[in-house]
Amino acid sequence: MTILFTYLPPIILAIAATAFTAGRLRSLKVAESAGGIRALHSLPSNYGVLTALTGLLPALVIYGLWLSLETAVVDARLINELPPALAAVAAGSGDQSLILNDIKNLLSDSVIVNRSPAIEQAAERYEQIRDSYRSVLTASVLLLSTVLSFLVYRRITPSLRARNLVEGIIRFLLLLCSGIAILTTLGIVLSVLFESIRFFKAIPLQEFLFGLNWSPQMAIRADQAGSSGAFGAVPIFAGTFMIAAIAMMVAIPIGLLSAIYLSEFANQTFRTVVKPLLEILAGIPTVVYGFFAALTVAPLIRDSGGLLGLSVASESALAAGLVMGIMIIPFVSSLSDDVIHAVPQSLRDGSYGLGATKFETVRYIIFPAALPGIVGGILLAVSRAVGETMIVVMAAGLAANLTANPFEAVTTVTVQIVTLLVGDQEFDSPKTLAAFALGLVLFVFTLILNVIALRVVRKYREHYE
Amino acid sequence: MNSDNHRTIIPATALDKSASGFSVAFNKRLQRRYRAEQRFKWLGIAAIFSALAFLAFLLTTVIGDGASAFRQTVIQLEISFDKEEFTQEDLLQADYQRLVKTALSERFPEVAGRQDKRLLYDLVSSGASYKLLNMVRDNPKLIGSRQTIWVPANDDVDMLIKGKIDMDQPEGNRRIKDRQFQWISSIREAGQVELRFNRAFFTNGDSREPELAGIRGAIKGSFYTLLITLLLSFPIGVAAAIYLEEFAPDNRFTAFIEVNINNLAAVPSIIFGLLGLAIFINFWGVPRSTPLVGGLVLTLMTLPTIIIAARASLKSVPPSIREAALGVGASKIQTVFHHVLPLALPGMLTGTIIGMAQALGETAPLLMIGMVAFIVDVPGSITDPAAALPVQIYLWADSPERAFTEKTSAAIMVLLGFLVIMNALAVFMRKKFEITW
Repeated sequence: MTILFTYLPPIILAIAATAFTAGRLRSLKVAESAGGIRALHSLPSNYGVLTALTGLLPALVIYGLWLSLETAVVDARLINELPPALAAVAAGSGDQSLILNDIKNLLSDSVIVNRSPAIEQAAERYEQIRDSYRSVLTASVLLLSTVLSFLVYRRITPSLRARNLVEGIIRFLLLLCSGIAILTTLGIVLSVLFESIRFFKAIPLQEFLFGLNWSPQMAIRADQAGSSGAFGAVPIFAGTFMIAAIAMMVAIPIGLLSAIYLSEFANQTFRTVVKPLLEILAGIPTVVYGFFAALTVAPLIRDSGGLLGLSVASESALAAGLVMGIMIIPFVSSLSDDVIHAVPQSLRDGSYGLGATKFETVRYIIFPAALPGIVGGILLAVSRAVGETMIVVMAAGLAANLTANPFEAVTTVTVQIVTLLVGDQEFDSPKTLAAFALGLVLFVFTLILNVIALRVVRKYREHYE
Repeated sequence: MNSDNHRTIIPATALDKSASGFSVAFNKRLQRRYRAEQRFKWLGIAAIFSALAFLAFLLTTVIGDGASAFRQTVIQLEISFDKEEFTQEDLLQADYQRLVKTALSERFPEVAGRQDKRLLYDLVSSGASYKLLNMVRDNPKLIGSRQTIWVPANDDVDMLIKGKIDMDQPEGNRRIKDRQFQWISSIREAGQVELRFNRAFFTNGDSREPELAGIRGAIKGSFYTLLITLLLSFPIGVAAAIYLEEFAPDNRFTAFIEVNINNLAAVPSIIFGLLGLAIFINFWGVPRSTPLVGGLVLTLMTLPTIIIAARASLKSVPPSIREAALGVGASKIQTVFHHVLPLALPGMLTGTIIGMAQALGETAPLLMIGMVAFIVDVPGSITDPAAALPVQIYLWADSPERAFTEKTSAAIMVLLGFLVIMNALAVFMRKKFEITW
């Protein structure tokens, strides 16, 4: 049975293929007695597909469900049935997952830390439980798909509206696929929210939102000095906004001016050459920008700051913000380009007719007309800057300084999420959970920005359409 | 737009003839207005060129740093495969390290003292003994013979040969000591040092030793990850686009789906990593660090891109096609799948390639799901732990060794190369299959 389980998907598909052929042949056969193929309501292949799908879909759904639940179900049953020696150890909730880890490592032949007869026994039991579940599942899936297909097969008559049924099923499947977008959003909200709630049970919300001290390292021993764990996220928010602000100070003027120049002043050749070149900036992976910021730009700024007598940290907010700004330029410029293009030509013509120069037309007519759209685009760019990860992970600092000096090292929300979650994770320590709380803040903040921005841009488009 | 129509501005000099009734004050004002326009134009040009200058700076820095990583220093050694060394049953158990050391000592008989010897042995990479091991395994007849073999040099020697170590600094500050420099100079004069094409960079997995580290593991990891992403996101994305564009009724639920898709396109990528960690790994039990979970996360990330591109592509198919199909009696589904979809497919594929290119460069969510571990083995399947190419770049960028900077830049060049190819393919397909109705 376990071997059958391994090859379950191909077996299910094979059954479906057989069902298709059988259903198709059957329709031809029933048609013969009813006066030829014309007597059929639908095409023979429709009957085949109907026969196959009725067996295939429930089987795939059950199989998929089991795959996603297997670990949880088997783990839960094993915990109930642990040998007494382990059950005592597992009473502490943290050790439970450790034991499960050991068992799974043993089963997958990797190196395990504490190999003991009890663990081996538990591992054997784990395999037993899993295999028995799998056997039941395999049997029921195979039985179900065969029986369902057979039932449809038996009911094939010339008057069966196979095509309508098949098309109904296809339509439903298409709907499901577009529903994945909703499921993803739901998944994001749930995954971030649940862990955040656990975090806020340990650390009060107001301490997190308004506290001025951030040092998430928890003491391992109770008597350890200096690392009691403080979760005041204000320095992180401040750092995030400083870097985003620097980035926007670079990206807004350059992006906006390039967009205006390209759409209002440049000739066709210049535009066709320069636009794709600017788009290249958007296509470069952020990890490349991060590498460049950390190894080229940051030392450059530090050294030139040193020449001027300024003390610049080697992980200064300026370096990260500058490079991030350059990354965002094409984003700002292409969004502004869109909205400038949406300004109706009649407005320009009116302005030129009154004798305004191009610059005056841009300054007094086009820019004010496009302003709402441009603001929407800038909001999207801000949300991108706030959520950008790799540049700041590689070029910004780790320590949470509350400072307004761009030459000092600051840290950001995304940097903290990465440092808290990369490496060992215990899902019961506030240190790990804090990452999810920061993720929640980040998600909510960018979501608000996006919703406002998208609404502004859409309103603006409708205004001129 | 058609701003070109308005390009014929009267040049400022032409206004000298303005005896035709314009006052001097007006002319002055006009001059000022044109000057303002010129200034603004220059500002725009300056903005564009500062962005392009940065791009050029970035690319030249990366290429300038990374180009040398495609060549590697090798040192010629006279290795004698002494029979006494191969007394064990298993030839692979022999002390190949000692063979290398002996060869080095023979080359420099004057070196004595433990410290000096260690410095001498440091010239050659630890990869040299693996090379000998492989040679013996492939051809056991080598035992007892003397061979002239090129072995990889240590990364510091490599850096020296490539001119990236400043020998003018005080000895304590540099990784190559004076004595080592003398030895290298002597073998260099004898023609026993060469720069060769760095094959190891393309055939090895990751390593702690810069001279042995390669990107094969990362490339295969990225390949498997993208494969999963493509297999999942393309059908799902196309199906979702078909539903929304061709079937969806104009109601609240459809509007809600659309809002979700638009928002997901703008959610920071690291949030998708959190989702992968909490749901795929912790709840579903998908193994960590594998291309499987990476592909799942990147699927969710690229879906909005693909859906939006596919919808635009469906929209561009003229309604007359649909009407013609419906007119000859096709059902709605048949119309879409037999006529509209084939016509929209090239545009969908173009959008998908661009989405895949984005996914290839994505790093942050992969850090969340543990694809950031140090993994030496080249992954063989989608459930083996693997790194991805951008994550490899991140890992190497963090390594302190000077030689890793070069490797990082080279890996970036490879990554950018893949991206250029993918985008060029997308542009090519758009040009080739674009239908103008």
